[in-house]
Amino acid sequence: MEKQSIEQLQKICTQLRRDVLRMVHAVQSGHPGAPLGCAEFFVALYFDQLHHNPDFQMNGKGEDLFFLSNGHLSAGWYSVLARSGYFPVEELKTFRKINSRLQGHPATHEHLPGIRVASGSLGQGLSVALGAAQAKKLNGDDKLVYILMGDGELQEGQVWEAAMYAAHYGVDNLIATVDYNGQQIDGPTTKVMDLKNLKAKWEAFGWEVNEIKEGNDMKAVLEGLEKAKSLSGKGKPVINLLYTEMGYGVDFMVGTHKWHGSPPNDEQLAKALGQLEETLGDY
Amino acid sequence: MSLDLKFTYTEKKDTRSGFGDGFLEAGRKNPNVVGLCADLIGSLKMGDFQKEFPDRFFQTGIAEANMIGLAAGMTLGGKIPFAGTFANFATGRVYDQIRQSVAYSDKNVKICASHAGLTLGEDGATHQILEDLGMMKMLPHMTVINPCDYNQTKAATLAIAEHEGPVYLRFGRPSWPIFTPAVQKFEIGKAWKMIDGKDITIFATGHLVWEAVVAEAMLREEGIHAEVINIHTIKPLDEEAILESVKKTGCSVSAEEHQINGGLGDSIAQTLARHNPAPLEYVGVNDSFGESGTPTQLLEKYGLNAENIVKAAKRALARK
Repeated sequence: MEKQSIEQLQKICTQLRRDVLRMVHAVQSGHPGAPLGCAEFFVALYFDQLHHNPDFQMNGKGEDLFFLSNGHLSAGWYSVLARSGYFPVEELKTFRKINSRLQGHPATHEHLPGIRVASGSLGQGLSVALGAAQAKKLNGDDKLVYILMGDGELQEGQVWEAAMYAAHYGVDNLIATVDYNGQQIDGPTTKVMDLKNLKAKWEAFGWEVNEIKEGNDMKAVLEGLEKAKSLSGKGKPVINLLYTEMGYGVDFMVGTHKWHGSPPNDEQLAKALGQLEETLGDY
Repeated sequence: MSLDLKFTYTEKKDTRSGFGDGFLEAGRKNPNVVGLCADLIGSLKMGDFQKEFPDRFFQTGIAEANMIGLAAGMTLGGKIPFAGTFANFATGRVYDQIRQSVAYSDKNVKICASHAGLTLGEDGATHQILEDLGMMKMLPHMTVINPCDYNQTKAATLAIAEHEGPVYLRFGRPSWPIFTPAVQKFEIGKAWKMIDGKDITIFATGHLVWEAVVAEAMLREEGIHAEVINIHTIKPLDEEAILESVKKTGCSVSAEEHQINGGLGDSIAQTLARHNPAPLEYVGVNDSFGESGTPTQLLEKYGLNAENIVKAAKRALARK
């Protein structure tokens, strides 16, 4: 894939945000907040970082892999998959509808290209990504494995089983990212279940921690992901703490858990879309 | 007076050793076979494989949820992961991981579960899972296998390595008669009629197949000719073999080291209810946890031995 300019990537982000809002609005269900906050990450990954074949093969040999552990960000993932050529953009309109390949949470069952394992029940993705990374090593495949988790998701114990394992085996072809937006369904993570010093926690588990402080700034995200790549292959697993704002891009949605799992109504959608230019053409 | 058994044995061995030896052989046959174990390598008899293929074996520590996810991920590189731990930790503890990352995602993971059932013995009820077959058979996509002795477990282990799709393989701890052939073809989903009979059918799985063989001889002494069918694959169930046998005998007994609720007997009952509602009696654990004791004591106390199969057979015959 040809490298795109930051301006071009930003335009794709704006379109992704429009897609997400229109998708969840159409079925009046889904999770708009977090994918709005992760637009820069998704676009930077799929349009700049990943060495991947849109001609989808489940086994993923010889290409970088991405796993979405916090599966409720499905609308954002589906948008970036469609926009980067995995399946027709038109198909986004089937999101969460009967007989669709775009299930409420990502699934392999309907054979949607780009998805290699189901997610939605939280805390499982890091383990799966580690397995895929170790299989790559066994196969002499030098490509990387990426995985995104939510910060609230880190309250699941399995994440820390996987964290311990990754450092023990020195799984250094894996780059994990935490969407560090500080919000979860019931409120701020500090109130629901405080993550305290997350950087120290991952470091204590033996990981290389890479902080990306401006997770909604495309330039910062690109630089952060490049740095993460440079940290890989050195005997330690790598994790990005990606500081984002839930609901970013829409002034009345940003920085609150209110839009974690609630769709906009007609009026709210119109208002939100008014703040997001249609750059690539709506589906 | 000794019984005239249709199958006999000269040696006893644990079924987990059949797994361990089959696993090693599967690893020699196919370089994509890999192993994972959550700190029970010795108990699962996975040590020989680990020694011969250290790069293809992953000690996960006491972290079963992570182990299931790892196994699911490894399939993506074309690996065939055998993930081993005690049956209790291989099912109930990680049900959601198996459900989402393995079964729903249709991953080629082999869940290898030892120390299943009461015959785990002295460790007691915390470890004696009696619900695993039910949990696993309820999952769409899952194949569920419960072989009866060392030889059949070894053959089953080799067969699942060549089978594409998620499998739950259940075996156990106690030293148990080896009464099936050393060389045998294991066909997943194909029941094995071990003894022909005309009066009643005994459908048995796992360790209780041996008890069924003994029960057949006991019944024969009383002039009752029982057919014994070895249901090593709980799912997919060989409905054809079940219906064909019951059509002939007119009644049956199911025998398993598992809760009656949700076990093999339940699956057979569903089949019979739909096609031929003939009398069926259950030999299994009746809505209870186990306890500490020797395997033989436990099978007797919880009603799972040959004597209890005979009693159940008579109840079924009386209902014909």
